[in-house]
Amino acid sequence: MESITHSVTLDAEKCKGCINCIKRCPTEAIRVRNGKAVIMNDHCIDCGECIRVCPHNAKKAISDPISMIDNYKYKIALPAPSLYGQFKSIRDVNVILTALVNIGFDSIFEVALAAQNVSDHTKDILPEARALLSGPTISSACPVVVKLICVRYPELLENVLKTIAPVELAAIAAREKAVREKGLKPEEIGVFFISPCPAKITASKYRIGYDGVVIDGILSMREIFVKLLPIVDKIKEPMKLSVAGARGIKWSFSGGEGSAIDESLFVAVDGIDNVIRVLDEVENDKLSSVRFVELNACPGGCVGGCLSVENPFVARARIQRMGLNLSEENDTNTIDENYLDPEILYWQKTPESGYPFLIDADRSTAIRKLADIESLFETLPGIDCGSCGAPSCHALAEDIINGTALESDCVFKLRERMSTLFREITELQEYMPPPFREQGRGQMINDK
Amino acid sequence: MHNSEGLKLENKNDNSGVEVLKQRYEVSADDFASAGAASAAVKKTLKQLGFSPDFIRRTSIAMYEGEINMVIHGGGGVAEVGISENQVTITLTDEGPGIADINLAMKEGFSTASDTVREMGFGAGMGLPNIKKQSDNLSLISEVGKGTTLVITIAT
Repeated sequence: MESITHSVTLDAEKCKGCINCIKRCPTEAIRVRNGKAVIMNDHCIDCGECIRVCPHNAKKAISDPISMIDNYKYKIALPAPSLYGQFKSIRDVNVILTALVNIGFDSIFEVALAAQNVSDHTKDILPEARALLSGPTISSACPVVVKLICVRYPELLENVLKTIAPVELAAIAAREKAVREKGLKPEEIGVFFISPCPAKITASKYRIGYDGVVIDGILSMREIFVKLLPIVDKIKEPMKLSVAGARGIKWSFSGGEGSAIDESLFVAVDGIDNVIRVLDEVENDKLSSVRFVELNACPGGCVGGCLSVENPFVARARIQRMGLNLSEENDTNTIDENYLDPEILYWQKTPESGYPFLIDADRSTAIRKLADIESLFETLPGIDCGSCGAPSCHALAEDIINGTALESDCVFKLRERMSTLFREITELQEYMPPPFREQGRGQMINDK
Repeated sequence: MHNSEGLKLENKNDNSGVEVLKQRYEVSADDFASAGAASAAVKKTLKQLGFSPDFIRRTSIAMYEGEINMVIHGGGGVAEVGISENQVTITLTDEGPGIADINLAMKEGFSTASDTVREMGFGAGMGLPNIKKQSDNLSLISEVGKGTTLVITIAT
């Protein structure tokens, strides 16, 4: 796997070197070294669990500064539909979209509209995908899920729906539209996604299924929220900007994608632990009766992204209510075909699995190492205290055999060694050289 | 509960020098909640050892079905797994009621599972046939009143 930089990073000054994040990480990607959390890039799936759990706010997502929009002549905002659920008093999508114009964007392109295109496309290709597969088709909408599948369930990649993410489709169409309607050069246009999660930040820089970059900058929903909050209540006559229907905006919460494609038997699963449990079942061929599996790593779906502000339950309820206010005709709106090359709907390459959990490329060496890991593990206390900087005793055993940790990193092992040493010291302390010691100990040969 | 006694590296008795990684799990009767834990653990091990996705899939399906059989029919038992460079051998031993007619048991759709078990979504009579489908070699020794030993071999 190409070495990628993740958008989840550490603010070393704030990190206290505690064990909260290492215990929470679903891929055991974090170790504490030299008093600071270190993320192992090849294991990280950008789920943001560590951001959520860090009591010191030391884990953060690297997004682009809002000032970056000034680098472009024409600025387009791509709001994720989860943004719509962040404002307490707002029932009209147009108010939020108008507020985005007021803070400096020249035009708005709803990601929810692109989601309607992707829903239609999914509906078209599902029967064919189903015919070729054993087991359900898995949604590729959540980049964390796709990455998780790459590192932990590579054999399930063939079940993943190989379609473009709505945000990327929106970015491509928005730029094309601006080029044609405004007569601008593509490079004069800045396309900015307002993201609820760090995984989408990473996925826009290292696209899943495609080469190149289609989004110029990713803005944190949290930061944009702060800009929008003081102005949304002042907008009395919003512009008519909203084109997406309830069908598109419900992609923001768990179950929205599945219901948008009218799939009769789909399951919608949210929260990383639940996602892992369900992928295990798909892997065990236990969900073959299910046709479509919608998986979202964040609790509640994208509304639960760690860059959102409102709690996911409230945000979901608001978006559902907004959906009721939208016209049913909006549900059939899609991106103008002239702005789209139908080819881009399909992935152009399959993401690689880096197999970060492989112990050794040579299997007999791997078997030997694994046996060493297990026998070492049996000597460890098994209480997973985390004081060694690894998330569990087993992870420490793996690290020791892989040469990235020492046995005495375990405080209990260290104590054992200290007490052995102490016993030896006590014995040595009683030792006297021959001129001073009593008969009977270390006698001279002549004594015999 | 599944109690892993850990992995141990043993040399096969046949002096072939092939090293086999041994795992042992206890599978309890009627414990559907934890059924599948042993096969999940084996799956994780196989991934760490770099076996192919298809091989892992076959192994985990065969083992899961075997585990479920012990939960439903065998009154629980022991799953022993031997992993070598090119093959996995799963030995499932129970001291349950045994199988009266092995040919019938191997038939798709035949099941002696109770209604309760069926209501839970198991007992469709696909267990043994599915194990056979996934494996390269299957040996089934059973005596009524004594128990059943199933040895599943899956080769790369």
